[in-house]
Amino acid sequence: MAFSIPPFLQFMFRRVLQIIPVVIAIAALNFLLLSLAPGDAADVISANNGGASAEEVQALRESLGLDRPMIVQFFSYMGGVLTLDLGQSYVRGMPVLDLVMSRVPATLLLMVTSLALAVLAGILLGILSSTRYGSLLDRVMSIISLLLYSTPHFWLALMMIVFFSVHLGLLPSGNIATIGGDFSFLGRVWDVFVHLILPAVTMAMFYIAVYMRLMRSSMLEVLDLDYITAARARGASEKKIAYSHAARNALLPVVTLAGVQIGHALGGSVLIETVFGWPGLGRLVYESLLERDTNTLMGILVVSSVLVIVVSLCIDLVCGLLDPRIVHK
Amino acid sequence: MTSLLTVKSLCVGFPGKRGVLPAVEDLDFHIAPGETLAIVGESGSGKSTAALSIPGLLSRSSRPVVSGSVRFEGQEMLNMPDRKLARMRGPDVGMIFQDPSTSLNPVFTIGRQICEPLRTHMGLDARAAEARAIELLELVKVSAPEQRLAQYPHNLSGGMRQRVMIAIALACSPRLLIADEPTTALDVTVQAQVLRLISGLQKSLGMAVLLITHDLGVVWETADRVIVMYAGRKVEEGPVRRILSQPSHPYTEGLLRAARKEGRDGFLTEIPGVVPPPHQRPPGCAFEPRCARAIAACRAAVPAIRSTGPGQVAACIRAEEGQPA
Ligand SMILES: Nc1ncnc2c1ncn2[C@@H]1O[C@H](COP(=O)(O)OP(=O)(O)O)[C@@H](O)[C@H]1O
Ligand code: SF4
Ligand SMILES: [Mg+2]
Repeated sequence: MAFSIPPFLQFMFRRVLQIIPVVIAIAALNFLLLSLAPGDAADVISANNGGASAEEVQALRESLGLDRPMIVQFFSYMGGVLTLDLGQSYVRGMPVLDLVMSRVPATLLLMVTSLALAVLAGILLGILSSTRYGSLLDRVMSIISLLLYSTPHFWLALMMIVFFSVHLGLLPSGNIATIGGDFSFLGRVWDVFVHLILPAVTMAMFYIAVYMRLMRSSMLEVLDLDYITAARARGASEKKIAYSHAARNALLPVVTLAGVQIGHALGGSVLIETVFGWPGLGRLVYESLLERDTNTLMGILVVSSVLVIVVSLCIDLVCGLLDPRIVHK
Repeated sequence: MTSLLTVKSLCVGFPGKRGVLPAVEDLDFHIAPGETLAIVGESGSGKSTAALSIPGLLSRSSRPVVSGSVRFEGQEMLNMPDRKLARMRGPDVGMIFQDPSTSLNPVFTIGRQICEPLRTHMGLDARAAEARAIELLELVKVSAPEQRLAQYPHNLSGGMRQRVMIAIALACSPRLLIADEPTTALDVTVQAQVLRLISGLQKSLGMAVLLITHDLGVVWETADRVIVMYAGRKVEEGPVRRILSQPSHPYTEGLLRAARKEGRDGFLTEIPGVVPPPHQRPPGCAFEPRCARAIAACRAAVPAIRSTGPGQVAACIRAEEGQPA
């Protein structure tokens, strides 16, 4: 063959191709799960409008296509998903896709900020802890991380609000921006940043603990390997050994876990966004659950699973950059 | 005789559930500049532990307890601060390891790993280091050296990796090269090539070599003097010709008989049993349970080292001067 594709591009291409069946499977599963719940959109709409006679509900059902056999509804929904049509929110009277997409940026901002914070802090603290293995610092950090790990999110969130907003009055307790705030562009950025601090830090706390523990044990394992001894044997300094030779290898499990936990973090954002009044997907889940807005819930599930997959794809690519062996598998 | 490395009463123990378990006990030896000293012994006799303790490379997580003295050109290396020791690793003492597939960092290129000591110790800039790296790869006979720099360890064969390890160890022209079973993990055909490479380089560079092996054929071909270790102790030492023709210790004898028998099972018939691990060593001579010449007195005390021939010493109460056991 005269023309060959670089291994890294091949690797990326393979990964992207693997996404499509996964998205379809997730959408199908969502549909089945939600169709198991009692009641349908016709019941909800009529109940929201103060009740309706059986005939009216039946007519509504027909007009929404809900009287068709399940299998037909399934294929029409899947067809919609593939053409980016997630149906209508009957409660809010707008296309689900528009509704969901309007909430994505806020959630992404919160998630990316808190996970980046957590990964960065977790990695650095983990390295520090591992190089001082068994020292007082190591033990104190272990205890703190255990405390963080076992503190319930909602309690931590409330305590943060009580302390930083109510008590100190330093930071706003909720929302993404000051309502009615009239700022220049930079002023708006600063405003959002200030609003972001509490929810992002609260969410990051738990993950800092997780990544720190993982990085520490991963480092301890790597620091005992032959190539670390070999690096020492050629006179590399302890600093270089820890932060370059060992950390680069120890990072892989941490980055992989971070990828797996994107889904977990999205789940956690329901709570954090609700407590902090952050107008993202998580709060939309909460609202839609209360409103029994099935279509919107399905839409959120599909969009968030695509988000999770895209992020884990990025993580795969990062792993491929970190470890050249992965690309060649 | 001037000595490059002098090791005196070296003891290394690893803390375990039953207290500190001795892996190396009371080891004395020296290496002259340009000399090749071989350490032989079965697996578990403490060869690697002894070798690693010289440049302070024992696994930290196992919290080794080290005592005695290791002097390089008169400078005490035990308990030397990390920074100072790091400056000696490379220019003074180089080291290559048993398994080249695990001794190279899998996520760094070959080039980066060869350039590392050149940049840290010799202060070369990136470009000069790279040029020197190519020379080193040529020296160890790696084909297509320019292309290798950008490759990763997994792109290379085992023999090539060990050549790269040798290039790294030689980068700063050490005066002592410690080679811990450098060919054990390699294919038989490659073993001879790598050994020839090491002894060729030793002669042309004039460095001393501490060669650890369990292969007496290798000792015969490359070493000047040899130390036989058993259960953490030196049991015999002397010039290679002398040791291989007139061994004074029953263990050395057994090793020789086993080596002369073809195949792997030589060991089982000549010296039945295994090296006792540190917590199961008998009092007195550690070889007693496996020794055909053992008598009651062997259990009484650890046999003292004594002269058994010109330049030859052994730790066996039944070995007499000038008389093979
Ligand atoms: N890091 C370690 N922790 C605990 N015990 C060890 C360690 N390294 C070696 N030992 C013990 O020391 C003894 C000698 O091992 P080693 O020096 O590797 O022997 P050799 O290289 O001759 O095979 C063995 O019994 C081994 O179990
Ligand atoms: S001291 Fe005794 S047991 Fe030990 S090697 Fe000599 S004869 Fe054998
Ligand atoms: Mg060994």
